[in-house]
Amino acid sequence: MDFHEKLVQNLVFKHGKDRENLLPILQGVIDQERYLSEEVILKISKEMSIPAADVYGTASFYSFLDIEPRGKFVIRVCKTITCAMKGKNQIIQSIENFLKIKVGETTIDKKFTILQTNCLGWCHKAPAMLINDEIYTELTPESVVDILREYKEEN
Amino acid sequence: MTTTKKQLHRIDLIFKNEDDCKEILRNALSRSDQEIVNEMVNSGLKGRGGAGFPTGLKWKLTAESKEKEKYVICNADEGEPGTFKDREILTRVPHKVLSGMAICAKIIGAQKGYIYLRGEYKFLVPDLKKELRKFHDILDELGLDFRVDIFLGSGAYICGEESALIESMEGKRGEPRNKPPFPSVKGFKGKPTVVNNVETLAHSYTILKFGAKKFRDLGVKDSRGSKVFSVSGDTPIPGIYELELGMTVQDFVDDFSDGDCKAVQVGGASGFLVPRKRFGKTTIGYQGKLTGISLPTGGSMMIFNSSRSMYNVLNNYLDFFEEESCGQCTPCRVGCQQLLKGIKAVKRGEKPTSYLNQLLKLTETMKLTAKCGLGQSVANSFSSIVENFREEMIY
Amino acid sequence: MSNMVNLTINGIAVSVEEDKTILEAAKELHIKIPTLCYHKDLCVAGNCRVCVVEQVGNHKLVASCATPVSEGMEINTNTLKVRNCRKHIIELLLTEHREECTKCYRNGHCELQELSAEYQITNQDFIDLVPDKNYTIDMLSPAIEKDDSKCIRCQRCVRTCAEIQSVGAIAVAHKGSEMKISTFFDRSLDEVVCTNCGQCIVHCPTGALTEKSYVEKVWDAIADPEAHVVVQTAPAVRVGLGEELGLGSGTRVTEKMVSALRRLGFDSVLDTNFTADLTIMEEGTELLTRLKRALVEDDPDVALPMATSCSPGWVKYIEHKYPEYLPNLSTCKSPQQMFGALAKTYYAKNIKVAPENIVSVSIMPCTAKKFEANRPEMKDSGYKDVDFVLTTRELAVMIRQAGIEFEKLNDESFDSIMGIGSGAGVIFGATGGVMEAALRTAYEIVTGREVPFDNLEITPVRGLEGVKEATVKIEGTVKEWDFLEGVELKCAVTNGLENAHQLMEAIKRGDKFYHFIEIMACPGGCLGGGGQPFPVDNEIRLKRMEAIYAEDRDLPIRKSHENPEIIQIYKEFLEKPLSHKSHKLLHTSYVKREQY
Repeated sequence: MDFHEKLVQNLVFKHGKDRENLLPILQGVIDQERYLSEEVILKISKEMSIPAADVYGTASFYSFLDIEPRGKFVIRVCKTITCAMKGKNQIIQSIENFLKIKVGETTIDKKFTILQTNCLGWCHKAPAMLINDEIYTELTPESVVDILREYKEEN
Repeated sequence: MTTTKKQLHRIDLIFKNEDDCKEILRNALSRSDQEIVNEMVNSGLKGRGGAGFPTGLKWKLTAESKEKEKYVICNADEGEPGTFKDREILTRVPHKVLSGMAICAKIIGAQKGYIYLRGEYKFLVPDLKKELRKFHDILDELGLDFRVDIFLGSGAYICGEESALIESMEGKRGEPRNKPPFPSVKGFKGKPTVVNNVETLAHSYTILKFGAKKFRDLGVKDSRGSKVFSVSGDTPIPGIYELELGMTVQDFVDDFSDGDCKAVQVGGASGFLVPRKRFGKTTIGYQGKLTGISLPTGGSMMIFNSSRSMYNVLNNYLDFFEEESCGQCTPCRVGCQQLLKGIKAVKRGEKPTSYLNQLLKLTETMKLTAKCGLGQSVANSFSSIVENFREEMIY
Repeated sequence: MSNMVNLTINGIAVSVEEDKTILEAAKELHIKIPTLCYHKDLCVAGNCRVCVVEQVGNHKLVASCATPVSEGMEINTNTLKVRNCRKHIIELLLTEHREECTKCYRNGHCELQELSAEYQITNQDFIDLVPDKNYTIDMLSPAIEKDDSKCIRCQRCVRTCAEIQSVGAIAVAHKGSEMKISTFFDRSLDEVVCTNCGQCIVHCPTGALTEKSYVEKVWDAIADPEAHVVVQTAPAVRVGLGEELGLGSGTRVTEKMVSALRRLGFDSVLDTNFTADLTIMEEGTELLTRLKRALVEDDPDVALPMATSCSPGWVKYIEHKYPEYLPNLSTCKSPQQMFGALAKTYYAKNIKVAPENIVSVSIMPCTAKKFEANRPEMKDSGYKDVDFVLTTRELAVMIRQAGIEFEKLNDESFDSIMGIGSGAGVIFGATGGVMEAALRTAYEIVTGREVPFDNLEITPVRGLEGVKEATVKIEGTVKEWDFLEGVELKCAVTNGLENAHQLMEAIKRGDKFYHFIEIMACPGGCLGGGGQPFPVDNEIRLKRMEAIYAEDRDLPIRKSHENPEIIQIYKEFLEKPLSHKSHKLLHTSYVKREQY
């Protein structure tokens, strides 16, 4: 049994085969893999007896259930009003310069992906971003580089 | 900034960290369901997510159903731009929210509850789980058969709409349902379900602790009690504030702006933009006859100073709605795209300025025909910005 | 009976059952409310919003398709507010829609176009969104084309694929402005679990889903002096074609159709009913052989129930979803493919035309037949057995293009040989027909007597119900089949793949046991096929069904084994059912397919 099959089977075993468990299962894969591959969606579809197109369609509805390959660390910079007002563009520029990729892209070492996202709920501490599930607020073009440097050094 | 204006009262009920939820619950369990429902109805508490449906009535309707299986869901899918109070409540006083859920469960006859927590707040999960374990012990001690689980969202604003939230919990795309039937009749898994906002549940705790009267004495007619506001934008003191309902925008600005305030967005991107000239005439609260207009709100207050382009603000909102619309119904899906493209075209001179009127008519159609609150409320910010800052849309 | 509710619509009082919607109540008053996402066959979506109406006391408009009636409700369907909103909604849909009506395959048959005309949408003030959309057209499937630029996201296709067909090849994907109808990772329909049944086409209001048309290829063949173009017509076409040409639902047009086909220039006008009869001979014998293996030889490997294989949508469905049951599928090719294999062998020899000069065309109520004809195994004649498959709708296109006044045509009959069909052949067009036809023949072979039903009409297997069951007790067997004496032959018939799914699950669980099951992919059987005229609902299906059974009643021969051409082909060519030659030409095999 390959790694993906085991991952899906464990998740389905943990949560159950009923449709209402689909989101937790998809989230479980994201935790491990950062994205939902065709292979994984197919396995979930088979295990849960939900048409594969339906699983795909459901996953694609949710911004955090990525269906394209992502890096180990997914950076989501908030682009909604307050963060936009408080310099989100400079933050993105700083990240892009540091990682040498553009928004939507993944570094060659598959370590980082830069994305934008809608309101993260930290408008009083804008600008904000998520790296995977960790929140970072009151960012400056300098502080964001410090944060990323730590991630870069981590293995 | 300690001066309190005559109509702006800071309240300290929600975040007061009393450790007495066992007492409150024990007390509630000793009272009849009818008594508690009456207490809730009399308090005048209305949904704090923004829609403002009377909470007591919601509980009552769900309690009336003969179904055996029922659910209580705490809506913590706080996605409205400019809103972050629910996170704060769940961080600082989760036991109040849980107590509110338990009391609701007792009244409607539910054994199972869920907190639908937006994916953006996943980092809250470990602490919440700890809190849940403690809370479940208390329930066991009190002999209340009720359990709460956390259901995590995955990045979809529309799931804050209660029927979309239920769809999402059922493992589907978060697309709002046709109503009727409402969740109080057919909710999660087709069973009667109460969906209450985090803050609403926390208030229900306060009401049970101090009685309906204390809550009701706060605020004004049709807008009773206090409300937690998320204050952001061009203010020296952004953050979370519990304020008495019924203040005017002017009262608010006097306290929270540094003096340079061009407009305030009340209720987030789906709310209204109030220009300076209307500050004194606009009250924050639910529908009712006050001086001027009264704006319901989920508590988002965004302050814009004179350097801000209202065109950019509207553009940002529309960008948000165009992405976050579930896409199922025509007026919302296509309407949002048209509004976004439309203001850009006017700005670039590709469409005449009179096209803005056409777009205003379109928002009227969206308001009348969209399937859910999202599509219906896009009109709010659009019309209030375009009507008040028309010149900024053009030049 | 449920309670009645009183309401007024446009000031007119009406009393309807409490479970009715405003839309249904309005229908009772003969007030038409426009709809797009609504379809009688499907669950209510309430997402297009064109059916909005005003409800007194409600400041929002309500979707009449999704709002139940209530006591004292006052509805207005034709106010300024309602009209303006509807107009806006239609305009909005048009901005996402590639407007090329005159070049569109559905031109003249499009619900959006009709509505746009009705509301006189003559100017377009809103911005055309199409240039910024990344619309794709999927043309890879031999049966179905999917053009996203014509899609209005009503989700009728998605609901059809899931609810009626239980296939789930298409689903709604993404959200907001990106929301679209998609397959698994947006693959081509050709690469996914799609059965090509075409029910999505029949339920699509616009040109977003259409059949792949082979009309031009057929005109080319007709124009080719070297080619001898043979055409076969399936049973259900003769009860559907009239509808597409302006006649009422369920009008029988067999003889006019034959005459039209001749005028179009087909060289031989033949009847699929002939190979339907042949299917009965082969499949009936196969069933009896399986029963013998099971009952006499105690062969544990014999697969029962035996399932019919006439419906290529069903065949592909089982290949995807129940590959473990492939041995249960009859090895018989469908009548279309039997016909194809014979056209380029038996028929070619008979009319003394070289098989390579024969172009074999079939007119089918079906889109899956287009896929079936393209299956690599369907070349047993040494050539592609069926060259082109046209739907009923495509045939109507050719008839109109040729300027034929269909109603005025004289009645003509099919050419021979392979032009005679029995009543048993014609009922293949309705759900239960194959079962009924098979029983008419098999019972008689085994007992020497006619099936014990009035006028040969096996009514338990007729009608639109999801799963129909029949048990036929075999008594008084002739010597050769005496091992079947006293056996109760258990049969089940189902139509629509969701019903097939239910039946297969019941069999899989062991809740049900049958000897023989008939499964048709489309609701109502072929008469409700994906290649039949729009619109369709159960009322229309029943009318077509009545016509099929009337056709059967009026035919002189009503049992396959009594068809003189069938007797002739076994005598001159095939020898006997399941002979070596039959196996080579008339039987096939199946493949396991992916599950996405």
